[in-house]
Amino acid sequence: MNISRRKALAFGGAALTVTLVPVSFAQAASEEVMKAAVDAFTGGAAIAEGGIELTTPEIAENGNTVPVAISAPGAKRVILLASGNPNPGVADFTFGALAAGNGSTRIRLAGTQDVVAIAEMADGSFAQVAKAVKVTIGGCGG
Amino acid sequence: MSKPRVKVPKSAGAGDTITIKTLMKHKMESGQRKDKDGNKIPRKIINFFSATFNGEEVMSVNLHGAVSTNPFIQFDMKVPATGDLAFKWVDDDGTVTETSKTIKVS
Repeated sequence: MNISRRKALAFGGAALTVTLVPVSFAQAASEEVMKAAVDAFTGGAAIAEGGIELTTPEIAENGNTVPVAISAPGAKRVILLASGNPNPGVADFTFGALAAGNGSTRIRLAGTQDVVAIAEMADGSFAQVAKAVKVTIGGCGG
Repeated sequence: MSKPRVKVPKSAGAGDTITIKTLMKHKMESGQRKDKDGNKIPRKIINFFSATFNGEEVMSVNLHGAVSTNPFIQFDMKVPATGDLAFKWVDDDGTVTETSKTIKVS
């Protein structure tokens, strides 16, 4: 089969576009929606840093399955939010007395964005950590 | 829902911290995807997972649409004595899947 030189160039040009999917795509939740998700968890209380760890890859090759891990020893609950997804909520962990306060799972990220983990500690205080994750192929089916 | 896979150590020392791995086969239709006519495919996911030891809840997770297909959940826990670890997954449609493993503690 002969592909004309023009067609081959156009095909190659198209293949070069977009490897990184930026966060300004239409699917990202608004700042208000993200803030509402945080406030629903904290009741508007102050959030400190420290006491919670979030492990994410620096670059996620496939936004459909991104491994993430949280660790907050002594926490009662931890929520994971994806600031650039259509809906920020990802997973809400509740820990009983026997739990070590950690958990890992695999999540979908629509594009490059910050993943945020917020813990409610045993004394009722809140702590958070955020990590930027670069996503090469978005995981929202779009 | 299909059969879940759970990895639990068969034995441990009293008070040891052990790692539990769980994997449930499920499409986790997020509700974001569109079919070829442009209509959104309705959400259908596992929205809840819990692990209970001898009847006491160890941990639970409320899952949203952003959890990947075939949800994998791993966590650590302290195991005080011999007992049964019971796991539960709940689908949006109300279907409940359960399985359990026994850990022998010396």
